[in-house]
Amino acid sequence: MTAELPGDIAPGSWHPNRDRARQVQTAVKVVCGTFAAVSILTTLGIVATLIFETIEFLQAVSLWQFLTDTKWTPLFASKQFGIFVLVSATVTISVISVLVALPLGLLAAICLSEYATPRVRRILKPVLEILAGIPTVVYGYFALLTVTPVLKTFIPELGRFNALSASLVLGIMITPMVASLSEDAISAVPRSLKDGAYALGSTKHETILSVVLPAALSGIVASLILAVSRAIGETMIVTLAAGANPTLGFNPLVPVMTMTAFIVQVSLGDAAVGTLEYKTIFAVGMTLFIMTLTLNGFSFWFVCRFREKYE
Amino acid sequence: MVSNTAAKLTLKAENVSVYYGPTLAVREVYLDIPRNQIVALVGPSGCGKSTILRCFNRLNDLIPGARVEGQIHFDGRDICDPRVDPVELRRRVGMVFQKPNPFPKSIYENIAFGARINGYQGDMDELIERSLKGAALWDEVKDKLKESGLSLSGGQQQRLCIARAIAIEPEVILMDEPCSALDPISTHKIEELMHDLKKRYTLVIVTHNMQQASRVSDRTAFFNAKETAQGGKLGYLVEYDSTQRIFSDPKEETTRDYVSGRFG
Ligand SMILES: Nc1ncnc2c1ncn2[C@@H]1O[C@H](COP(=O)(O)OP(=O)(O)O)[C@@H](O)[C@H]1O
Ligand SMILES: [Mg+2]
Repeated sequence: MTAELPGDIAPGSWHPNRDRARQVQTAVKVVCGTFAAVSILTTLGIVATLIFETIEFLQAVSLWQFLTDTKWTPLFASKQFGIFVLVSATVTISVISVLVALPLGLLAAICLSEYATPRVRRILKPVLEILAGIPTVVYGYFALLTVTPVLKTFIPELGRFNALSASLVLGIMITPMVASLSEDAISAVPRSLKDGAYALGSTKHETILSVVLPAALSGIVASLILAVSRAIGETMIVTLAAGANPTLGFNPLVPVMTMTAFIVQVSLGDAAVGTLEYKTIFAVGMTLFIMTLTLNGFSFWFVCRFREKYE
Repeated sequence: MVSNTAAKLTLKAENVSVYYGPTLAVREVYLDIPRNQIVALVGPSGCGKSTILRCFNRLNDLIPGARVEGQIHFDGRDICDPRVDPVELRRRVGMVFQKPNPFPKSIYENIAFGARINGYQGDMDELIERSLKGAALWDEVKDKLKESGLSLSGGQQQRLCIARAIAIEPEVILMDEPCSALDPISTHKIEELMHDLKKRYTLVIVTHNMQQASRVSDRTAFFNAKETAQGGKLGYLVEYDSTQRIFSDPKEETTRDYVSGRFG
């Protein structure tokens, strides 16, 4: 067969430019590497600053005082540095907000992934994401100007600034996040598992409760922990609605001061660089950082530990 | 057709057609499934074997847009009737899937789950033991019932799924290519198991494997598909007869070609 086949290409018409390809490859690597390095270096810089300033702080105030004082008055003449005053406020607010966000978010996720028609899901999922994009200052004023007055009609002794109102609104704020991430986890449960449950004669809610939710558990827990660290770090709502009154204890009806609210207070004031007040915010920031890092670490561990459950 | 088979029938499909959305996937299937026999559904991919199988326990209900026309008689009722509760039906018509799909729970819980949701009141430990023995898995797992069902090998997982299905004492067990994901030894074990199961249950199995169909089944239904004008595939039942007949002396030429491995 010597006849030229249609589509035959003359020899010598291929000129692969391997050198060029290699150069482009190197350039892409360098550019991507630089950007990756910038974000890593920024993080390292922040952590280094935190550690450095915290060490300075701990030279002026002993760790023991920091952990055991029962008052938080770093801006007063008689200074006390009981970090647990701020931690207790943060914990109270985070716990209540999670008590709001977990049921709401999880139910929303179940409805979206298991009960909603595809059309409803197509509409609601973006709405959830829009909710997640509302500026927190809006939530803050909503708490202060709407939720607190309404709550006051039921609980007359409630303060104008209080932890309860801030936590409820914070809970609503993190609900879309819980819902969206849990929905992803629930949708990722393989069809075959659900089919298996249905084929045994289980109803829809039995399938969801006994098979789908346990299989999605690690993702749900991860979403929850992410939401908690968001709540712990949230600043605007608590600054606006929870007050600025460092109070040790877990009473949600009184004004409190969270760690983030304290950092705002000092940053807005005129604490000069290098003063003890100035270093205090780094010590508080460090505490906050350790708390969220621990939570995220736990979440990471949990997801790794339980992820392979259904493969 | 011999007239006295009617008394021994469990399932009888009459003029069943299945649509996915607007597309007709399988058309006009007639199938009589006799009690305590194994019926094999064979045919090339995409000819609607799984689709028909899933009609028998109304699993197509779970697929949005899927619609079944025709009638399937089971215990004196038409199970395609919307008034029939699919949840109740599925307790009586169990299913084993192509890919083993044990729940991410312990071996024990995998079996207890179905029993519990169906209101089993008796001795759970005994039921677990009986079901695992029935699926020829007891000896291999009796010392690790608390371990995850997913820690088992593929063949063991599939037998766990069989144990899970027989724990709720169905009358019919549907199996959709139960051995296609398994090695030859596991396949052999499951085939032996099918022979045992037939004494108590009626089995409908989909299989790709002609030897398997000829080894285990009593009757064989051969499905084929033809291209439609829209470029899709439309499945239909070509021939349904005793397995021996299908493999030695089928009526249709395509059946002969298929079972002898000439296409598909
Ligand atoms: N969930 C579904 N949605 C739409 N079409 C489907 C679905 N499942 C199967 N089909 C179509 O129905 C036809 C038969 O499929 P199936 O019953 O799985 O065939 P088989 O099991 O014989 O390989 C195929 O053409 C397939 O594309
Ligand atoms: Mg199939």
